[in-house]
Amino acid sequence: MSLTLLFRLSSKEIYMQKYSLFSLARNALTGHKNWQKAWRSPPLRDEYEIIIIGAGGHGLATAYYLAKEFGITNVAVLERGWLGGGNVARNTVTVRSNYLRDQSIPFYVKSVNLYEGLTKDLNFNMMHSKRTMVDVVLNYPKMRDLRRRQLTMDIYGSTYKQITVDQVRKIIPALTGGGPESRLPIIGGMVHKDAGVNRHDAVAWGYARAADALGVEMHQQTAVTSLLRANNGGIKGVETVKGTVKAKKVIVAVSGHTTSLTETVGLRLPLRTMNLTAFVSEPIKPIVDVIVNCSDLGFYFSQSDKGELVIGGAPDSGQSFRRDIKQHIFEDTVGAMLELFPAFKKLKLLRQWGGHLDIAPDASPIMDETSVSGLYVTAGWWGGYKAIPAGGLTMAHHVATNSPHSLMQAFSYNRFKNLDYILETGTTTAR
Amino acid sequence: MLLIKCPFCKNRNETEFVYGGPVGANRPDPTRASDEEWVDFLTMVPNPTGPVHERWWHARGCGEWFIICRDTVTHEILETPIEKS
Ligand SMILES: Cc1cc2nc3c(=O)[nH]c(=O)nc-3n(C[C@H](O)[C@H](O)[C@H](O)COP(=O)(O)OP(=O)(O)OC[C@H]3O[C@@H](n4cnc5c(N)ncnc54)[C@H](O)[C@@H]3O)c2cc1C
Ligand SMILES: [Zn+2]
Repeated sequence: MSLTLLFRLSSKEIYMQKYSLFSLARNALTGHKNWQKAWRSPPLRDEYEIIIIGAGGHGLATAYYLAKEFGITNVAVLERGWLGGGNVARNTVTVRSNYLRDQSIPFYVKSVNLYEGLTKDLNFNMMHSKRTMVDVVLNYPKMRDLRRRQLTMDIYGSTYKQITVDQVRKIIPALTGGGPESRLPIIGGMVHKDAGVNRHDAVAWGYARAADALGVEMHQQTAVTSLLRANNGGIKGVETVKGTVKAKKVIVAVSGHTTSLTETVGLRLPLRTMNLTAFVSEPIKPIVDVIVNCSDLGFYFSQSDKGELVIGGAPDSGQSFRRDIKQHIFEDTVGAMLELFPAFKKLKLLRQWGGHLDIAPDASPIMDETSVSGLYVTAGWWGGYKAIPAGGLTMAHHVATNSPHSLMQAFSYNRFKNLDYILETGTTTAR
Repeated sequence: MLLIKCPFCKNRNETEFVYGGPVGANRPDPTRASDEEWVDFLTMVPNPTGPVHERWWHARGCGEWFIICRDTVTHEILETPIEKS
């Protein structure tokens, strides 16, 4: 019996191969043929304590924290396609906490903090690169609005600071447009020092690998076709393409497809699904070391470690379940970027793609148990990549303890009953 | 880009139009509606993977507001709108 197997049998935890310089060197000697699989693929059982639908960032993070913080490991994550093939791998990896409302800011501050420690926590290199985000502002009402945001952020330990036009140009030398002759000259900027970018695949794979090592099961190619209710009205499991799976608690973490699933048990939610897109340029030498955001013109970008500019713009206006990009949205975004960065007109653009996300009327998430007892949703994630660590942690807390975590309490499903909106439209690309 | 059929100007490029949101339930009588009905009207919209009714405004054209029925998966605009329930 091999040592690894002994380890597996003797410990409740399943052995996780540690990634280190040493393991890299050792595996290089054997031609990298002996790396352990990052997660197992066990057969699907017919019952679990908890089922999580969707192996995106939120589903996987919830699974990990359920196991790590609450010792709940009889959990299956059911994924329609492949693990980390949804929006978690389609976004522009901007991690930040410059939100507007008292209910939101502490949640995002926590998430940014967790991200900064995630490489160590998961023993997986997140390539987290803390870098400033600069909002480039072209009109005075917007500047007033952002300064008001700053005052709220000050209370909750996030940072925002106004800078002058000269300072904007000093931080971003490539920004040569927006001068006094342009139709909308730059009037200043806001600096958010806590922002950063990291590697989205690492987030999905890192959480999956760590959750797997604690006993959680990953099941890819296992689409859930409907939810199942017991006679008492509560949840009793799910129907999948591989058969029925029972569980007393089911968490819907399917970003974009939430209503398609909840409607199978007659549950309506105030969500609609929209398409958001991004594209990248050819790799170039380091030219911009901050995240540039200009919502007045409608674009943002950052430069990846590979040198590509990762660029995003506004969503497609109508409801959409598509993952491609409309030509005019692409052109509008490029046009907006060239207003401020005319030199970029020489760049070749390499790839373009999109994702579909659901959004609530106030653009804030819904993380709650629903009116179907035992059925939880984590949904309405528009700019929800930055929220993955705090979203997973607080969702796990809610499901494990039957009471909401203080950081996510406000994102309840019942807030709409009193029209208690946590209005965050405008703090993301949502309009 | 969609080719949207304005009732007056016929097929025009999507960029001439402004999206006006999905068509939800009819506005209930505010003096009679219960709180639940009112909240429902304000917050709920259909979100199908398939045909949905939506409003568009021919803002950079004749100015007309009208409703089309568009598939949220294929983007196809259906000539004969589905029956609204
Ligand atoms: C172009 C773009 C740019 C973005 N930029 C940013 C950004 O810069 N910063 C930021 O914070 N956020 C950003 N976002 C938003 C962010 O990506 C999402 O809010 C977040 O990833 C959603 O949560 P998730 O990771 O759990 O979703 P996903 O990764 O989409 O996970 C959901 C999973 O559920 C699966 N699924 C669906 N239906 C079923 C079913 N019936 N059965 C089983 N599985 C199912 C899907 O296949 C998918 O894998 C961006 C999104 C897009 C599209
Ligand atoms: Zn017209």
